[in-house]
Amino acid sequence: MINNSLKQLGQMLAKKEISSVEMTQTFLNRIQQYNPSINAFITLDADKTLAQAKLADARIAAGGAEPLTGIPIAQKDIFCAKGWRTTCGSKMLANFIAPYDAYVISQFDTAGAVNLGKTNMDEFAMGSSNETSFFGGVKNPWDFDRVPGGSSGGSAAAVAARLCAAATGTDTGGSIRQPASLCGFTGLKPTYGLVSRYGMIAFASSLDQAGPMAKSAEDCALMLDVMAGFDERDSTSLNRPKELYSRDLNMSLKGLRIGLPREYFAEGLDVNVAKVIEVAIAEYKKLGAEIVDISLPNSQLSIPVYYVLAPAEASSNLSRYDGVRYGHRATQYNDLMDMYMKSRAEGFGAEVKRRILIGTYVLSAGYYDAYYLKAQQIRRLIADDFTQAFKKCDIIMGPTAPSTAFKAGEKADDPVAMYLQDVYTIATNLAGLPGMSIPAGFSNGLPVGLQIMGNYFDEARMLGVAHAYQQVTDWHMRMPDLKALEEIE
Amino acid sequence: MALNITDIKRIAHLARIEINEAEAQATLSKLSGILGLIEQMQAVDTTGITPMSHSQDVVQRLREDVITETNQRELLQSIAPAVAGGLYLVPKVIE
Repeated sequence: MINNSLKQLGQMLAKKEISSVEMTQTFLNRIQQYNPSINAFITLDADKTLAQAKLADARIAAGGAEPLTGIPIAQKDIFCAKGWRTTCGSKMLANFIAPYDAYVISQFDTAGAVNLGKTNMDEFAMGSSNETSFFGGVKNPWDFDRVPGGSSGGSAAAVAARLCAAATGTDTGGSIRQPASLCGFTGLKPTYGLVSRYGMIAFASSLDQAGPMAKSAEDCALMLDVMAGFDERDSTSLNRPKELYSRDLNMSLKGLRIGLPREYFAEGLDVNVAKVIEVAIAEYKKLGAEIVDISLPNSQLSIPVYYVLAPAEASSNLSRYDGVRYGHRATQYNDLMDMYMKSRAEGFGAEVKRRILIGTYVLSAGYYDAYYLKAQQIRRLIADDFTQAFKKCDIIMGPTAPSTAFKAGEKADDPVAMYLQDVYTIATNLAGLPGMSIPAGFSNGLPVGLQIMGNYFDEARMLGVAHAYQQVTDWHMRMPDLKALEEIE
Repeated sequence: MALNITDIKRIAHLARIEINEAEAQATLSKLSGILGLIEQMQAVDTTGITPMSHSQDVVQRLREDVITETNQRELLQSIAPAVAGGLYLVPKVIE
């Protein structure tokens, strides 16, 4: 059952082959068995979870089920869920009980899905390895010595280890797609503005976007149907008609023009990852797609631009943590200023502090034009590159990450090396475009992800393109052998 | 632009984060590396390019000037570090 698609799980519930309570308990049991070694979850509350499952069973019995009713979904601990501890991976919010639901959480509640628990993540989503979490690192289910990627590392490990039916993530610079690549599953970052950011703890507001993390493109489509929607409470939420994201799953790829950006296959890409991507592209040719050579000439600037814009926005967003209304407050201080300074010094970890300081610096008097304004100008150049590219092709493909999962500790002390993990994913965040990663094979026993980028609001086609590949390959069905790994431990 | 230890302390103060001498030193080398990365931007001629803040060029929505929020003071203050009589408590700022 654990490797079943969301559709199959829904059918099992509909046919009363299993109840939601039983299905949920199966996943809770797996979590109990494997989470002590993987550390994918920060907060579990079996009573709350099973109460939701009971409600779902009643709804199914009454004939009011929707596609995800009764299905256990793991939620990244960045989404406020009323009554649940919501930490964002930080000591600052270690005791924060959310007083309200994020839009994403309320959408899953309305759909009747079951909240399985809150997953581990890099602190305030700042990281690419999950090592900045106050609650400890997460193990990659394919190799316990390696990281799962980040920042949605807990959701990633939970999906890969089949500790949940599917999970949510957020992606500011690659935080859904890079872990999807490193852990071998399907993850989608939608067009900016498609999923409301209400109640999603802010990192860099002009880039943050929530999306699904699941086994297959079909599963991601069902998840996105629930997650996407207009919400008054997010000023950047886009007011568009509701879509059905599974509508193009069975599209033909005949004549589909796939653009391969030269810059994504240049220096810096691991040769074994490149080989896996080439084989995947060859598979797409067999499915009838045409390959087009394209260029994204400013793509090498995406990391510098990102490390101005994201920290600048973060320094502003994280100024709210002052130890007054909620969050950590130092126990000893002399006056108000001292209370702010000590509470923030104690509550934030090293990487979060670094980004706040970078952001504060680039926004400080005299530097705004040289850094923030300049970065926003180059951001437009990067977005324009994509506009030009999409005149020549329908879909863009390339590697998701430059390498497979690296060892824990390998890059933890070198921020710049860590930042390069997102070299292929950041540009779409800057442009506001949708991007996804699908499993495309293995290199030395570790998963490799193929990145699929589409034009604005082209999620349904991207999911169709991914689904076609998943009909002729079985990489997305592969599961790690957790028992063998636990024995090595 | 090369940073020095005084810059780090000034930025940390602006960001309201207490930092000791050892932390300031460690931060200096890491931040210098990151700023080195950022400096690559300066080689690009961006004359006349309109800065981009949102991909869809949307405008701020307006709404009717009516009350939409309800009073949830007790709920919201239940998670505060220190409250009394419906007020948030902080160290004395006026003598």
